Amino acid sequence: MHPTAERIQQVFPEAFQRAEEWRGDLTLHVAPGHLHEVCRFLHDDPDLDFDYIVHVSSVDWPDHPERFEVVYEFYSIRRRARIRVKTRVPEEDCVVDSMTDIWKGADFMEREVFDMMGIRFRNHPNLVRILMPDDYPEGYPLRKDFPLRGKGWRDTFPFLGEKS
Amino acid sequence: MRPPLDDQRTTVYKVDPEHPESPSLPTLRTEEMMLNMGPQHPSTHGVLKVVLALEGERIVKATPVLGFLHRGVEKLAEDGTYHQFIPHTDRLDYICAMYNNFAYCRAVEKLLDLTVPPRAEYLRTIVAEVQRIIGHQFWLGTQALDIGAMTVFFYTFRDREILLDFFDELCGARLTTSWYRIGGVERDFTPDLIDKLRRFIDYFPPKLDEYITFLETNRIWLSRTKGVAVISAEDAVNFGLSGPTLRGSGVDYDLRKFEPYAAYDQCEWSVPVGKNGDTYDRYWVRVEEMRESLKMVRQLLEKLPDGPIMADVPSVTLPPKSRVFNDLASMIQQFKLFSEGFKAPTGEIYCGTEAAKGELGFYIVSTGEGKPYRLKIRAPSFIHMGAFDYMARGYMIADIVTIFGTYDIVMGECDR
Repeated sequence: MHPTAERIQQVFPEAFQRAEEWRGDLTLHVAPGHLHEVCRFLHDDPDLDFDYIVHVSSVDWPDHPERFEVVYEFYSIRRRARIRVKTRVPEEDCVVDSMTDIWKGADFMEREVFDMMGIRFRNHPNLVRILMPDDYPEGYPLRKDFPLRGKGWRDTFPFLGEKS
Repeated sequence: MRPPLDDQRTTVYKVDPEHPESPSLPTLRTEEMMLNMGPQHPSTHGVLKVVLALEGERIVKATPVLGFLHRGVEKLAEDGTYHQFIPHTDRLDYICAMYNNFAYCRAVEKLLDLTVPPRAEYLRTIVAEVQRIIGHQFWLGTQALDIGAMTVFFYTFRDREILLDFFDELCGARLTTSWYRIGGVERDFTPDLIDKLRRFIDYFPPKLDEYITFLETNRIWLSRTKGVAVISAEDAVNFGLSGPTLRGSGVDYDLRKFEPYAAYDQCEWSVPVGKNGDTYDRYWVRVEEMRESLKMVRQLLEKLPDGPIMADVPSVTLPPKSRVFNDLASMIQQFKLFSEGFKAPTGEIYCGTEAAKGELGFYIVSTGEGKPYRLKIRAPSFIHMGAFDYMARGYMIADIVTIFGTYDIVMGECDR
């Protein structure tokens, strides 16, 4: 196993689920309740030193009991190392802890995940829609059950759907 | 320099001790004013709206309102084949389309574990660096225009036109190029194009000095860029800034050096790094990057190897157009690749590329289908906007235009 993954397994045996390496990318699966402390450790530990947040993303797996996967990707500029941290949450309780207190850049990235996938972030300072309109009524567009052409809200706009 | 906000507030309310008889200011009514900037403002580089909370002329809070150009590119990606997504990437950062194609093709190649032939790698690197020069020229011209130095705009756009003509001849389009392909490139350089590029390499350095002369002797440019939009190295890293915006703060994070790809390790070049983290240092970094790009293009043209320009993996890569029209097997291959696409292996990758604006990354999840299951774009402009409020607070309202420009923001990429 990758030394970073081994380290996390030692320090957080109850949080660590599994680690995998594919095409040179290291992925760490972590229990959702412990995500924040693991990330805090990744950022603060001088031997790991993941000081740079690359992206926050989410994947929807409708058939899986824990439907949503939240993906964080970090980089260590000093060590030139990369890590991906993933956690899964069910649809009924899709809440994970926000990383905004560790990486300030997580603010907009998490807002985008909330906007697109509907995952909520605990302790986020301003969790509102960012790319879609504030009054967008159709839910979360990147979920797999959302049709590509939308659900028809757009057609109710007078200047788009008008037949003269 | 940015005066600390709180001090400014206390001085407003203090009575001047030398003239205690002067009317004390607290009797004046003060209140915060809200101002909508954009989305139709010419200096917002597209359709960016910022809601400013002002105290007099000083910015107390700047809230970017994004999404006016949101087209759901990530959703569209889930509905098309891997090849079909290439033209969509042109429309992300439409100033530097080539680099978006490059970043995307690299990501898919990482997913497929595909090796690109050396000549294609060289061509890709050369064109990417030419694209970087175009991006920085565009930035320099528009930033100077926004700040009030109009002349530079005409000069940079004149020289940018030469390179756009070069693109036009290379792939038939000036802006939405789609020249990169998964596994290689669409078309080879002709001797005429190489000649053109060589001539440009000799032509451009004196012109670059000319731009600098215009700006460095301009007191307005200096006073409006020096000490504006300052961010420390630590904060810049914490916010996830990348590209010249981060390097202006003194962090040498450049994926071309950190994780060398294509032919970047085949030539001598260095990473220009700023010191103060202000707009002026970012300007300096971008100008120096143009020089480095020229250096790279010159060296790579010298060393350009012969060979194929496309990897030969018939299940994934497209056959050359000349064969498609003349031989049945190639036509079937082309048809199948575009209608069904190829099956990528199950797995997920993230691949970051150093584009002109910063780190442009693609996170692709594949379930073994012909389409990506999930495709996430890490757009530098979007992440830079996350630091906007932090970097704008305390400056005057006139500086807001400089602060937009300092990131080299493009809304097509920011809103996706």
